[in-house]
Amino acid sequence: MRPVAVVSGRAAPLDRSDVDTDQIIPSEWLKRVERTGFGKGLFAEWRDDRSFVLNDPAHAGATVLVAASNFGTGSSREHAVWALLDYGFEAVVATSFGDIFRNNCTKQGLIPVQVSPDVDRAVLDAVASDPTLLVTIDVERSTIECGDVLATFSLDEFTRQRLLNGWDDIGLTLRHADDITAFEGERAAWLPSVSS
Amino acid sequence: MTEPAGPPGTDRTSARRGAGGGRTLFDKVWDAHVVRSGGDEPDLLYIDLHLVHEVTSPQAFDGLRLGGRGVRRPDLTVATADHNVPTTGDVVTDPVSRRQLEVLDANCAEFGIRCFPMGDANQGIVHVIGPELGLTQPGMTVVCGDSHTSTHGAFGALAVGIGTSEVEHVLATQTLPQVRPSSMAVTIEGTPPEGVTAKDYALSVIGRIGTGGGFGHVVEYRGDAVRALSMEGRMTLCNMTIEAGARAGMVAPDDTTFAYVEGRAYAPSGAAWDEALDWWRTLPTDDGASFFKEVHLDAPAIAPHVTWGTNPAQVVPIDGVVPDPDEFADAAARDAAARALAYMGLVARTPVREIAVDTVFLGSCTNSRLEDLRLAAGVLEGRHVRDGVRALVVPGSHRVKAQAEAEGLDKVFLAAGFEWRQPGCSMCLGMNPDQLAPGERCASTSNRNFEGRQGRGGRTHLVSPAVAAATAVAGHFATPADLPEQGAR
Repeated sequence: MRPVAVVSGRAAPLDRSDVDTDQIIPSEWLKRVERTGFGKGLFAEWRDDRSFVLNDPAHAGATVLVAASNFGTGSSREHAVWALLDYGFEAVVATSFGDIFRNNCTKQGLIPVQVSPDVDRAVLDAVASDPTLLVTIDVERSTIECGDVLATFSLDEFTRQRLLNGWDDIGLTLRHADDITAFEGERAAWLPSVSS
Repeated sequence: MTEPAGPPGTDRTSARRGAGGGRTLFDKVWDAHVVRSGGDEPDLLYIDLHLVHEVTSPQAFDGLRLGGRGVRRPDLTVATADHNVPTTGDVVTDPVSRRQLEVLDANCAEFGIRCFPMGDANQGIVHVIGPELGLTQPGMTVVCGDSHTSTHGAFGALAVGIGTSEVEHVLATQTLPQVRPSSMAVTIEGTPPEGVTAKDYALSVIGRIGTGGGFGHVVEYRGDAVRALSMEGRMTLCNMTIEAGARAGMVAPDDTTFAYVEGRAYAPSGAAWDEALDWWRTLPTDDGASFFKEVHLDAPAIAPHVTWGTNPAQVVPIDGVVPDPDEFADAAARDAAARALAYMGLVARTPVREIAVDTVFLGSCTNSRLEDLRLAAGVLEGRHVRDGVRALVVPGSHRVKAQAEAEGLDKVFLAAGFEWRQPGCSMCLGMNPDQLAPGERCASTSNRNFEGRQGRGGRTHLVSPAVAAATAVAGHFATPADLPEQGAR
């Protein structure tokens, strides 16, 4: 994963709650075995609607998506994160995130910016009324800044360090390989195992 | 307080106890799987069983190859093909789907993983075959690159859905770093009315607490109404837990659980069975353990439920009406309701029973097990699907299908005008050819009524198998009690 410290760019306001991962990337796109090229499928069904925010030239080139509550609920498909990144988003702001989606974000360097409903509303309104406004997200300080709005967002320390350093999760875990081996030595013999 | 007897691993954590002093089922399973904890890192959990399917794994295997890594424990990893498989015949006509299925076979062969491919006697929906093969057992940690992994919590296992990066992580290390969730109790007590099933409990709970009601929590379902459920019912309940935003759902193992597991292909036997049973019996939540959040439901007050909107919390009892968006005090909920009604093509205040359907889908990891099929067949015996309604049954696995056929259920479905299909995920998410056409309305026993979930422009209403069967006959939402006497068409 590439390190992410600061994201600063224009934003697209998506003022909807419960945006599920089926909307972010429809299942038709899940048949692919590659990790790239999902940007074209991002919000595929909604993009048919000419008034949809991503079709609004005023928000073209946005790198921050601002949603409402429970963004990324539903299916575990990491394709949703790949699609957002491939399209050009580097951070998503919401009042809450689907659990698995949030995990998937942090594995790929898409910053999940969880803010209070008041801050979320202020940012949504600000970028809707002035699409040229820059939203700046600082991972080191855990802050989001947009016009008059300056707020902090919650990110656990482990995730913050992983994002800042671009650490490979598997590499981090393998530092504990001896602990894993020791644990395996103590597992009960009756636990199920399958031969190929 | 009884400490776990030891397996699967030594309890290395300082057991976190609630205010009451005891530990919950969740605490015990978590604590028994902590490989290490401490520092700024989340607990590292050992994973007892990793289920793999064709959709969320190809990029994970690519990642392993790229990193020069292998699969640490192929013997704790089991794969099957379910999302893409056709349910008519055995030819995958879509070349992209076919390639994904071939890639799964090739990856499993390369990394030494047992795979149950399309057509195999053990193939089926991943959350149906794990339990039926006895791979899912109490007290285990189970993961799969699929959000409905929560299903396996019915056995008192801690089962969570993961993304593809985490799939790669588990393949490489057999562990997962996890932030410890809080525990939440959902207690359901009393005897439900006739015709009310676990699916109605699930929809009722989600309707009550909302799509985010379980955020950051593992839900333990408790109470005599839960204890009275079969394993199939418990799986339905735990399956839908993810729709309330929870990390996982669990039910404490008891004699119903043990009777289900005993004798299955991968269940322990002989002295090992006794050893396992000794540990499993220590798992239920201690008296005096406390939960961070508690919700109570009275089973006698729960009616069959039908969703009207585009998320599973947008649900009402079948006796109800489609809500008026203006009734919602919260602006976001009002907006979401108005958007949902527009998508669903519904008018506020329409009685649910007056909504006609085009399609009925009986299947998915939520409701495709033998008990679901038996229940629906019981409703359909001597009755026929309403003219113009397309109805299909997709058994959860080849084993379910074979058993149903041995009992003659296929003949009941076929005589009633249902299509009897091959197992797979099918119309739950329409990755295979089983899809709704734009504007088509479906009574579905699946788990998600999201926009376009069953096909672009399709309109999904989530219901129980009993309501699905009765609705197929009536042509509009109905319960079995609404139908004329059987055979008296």
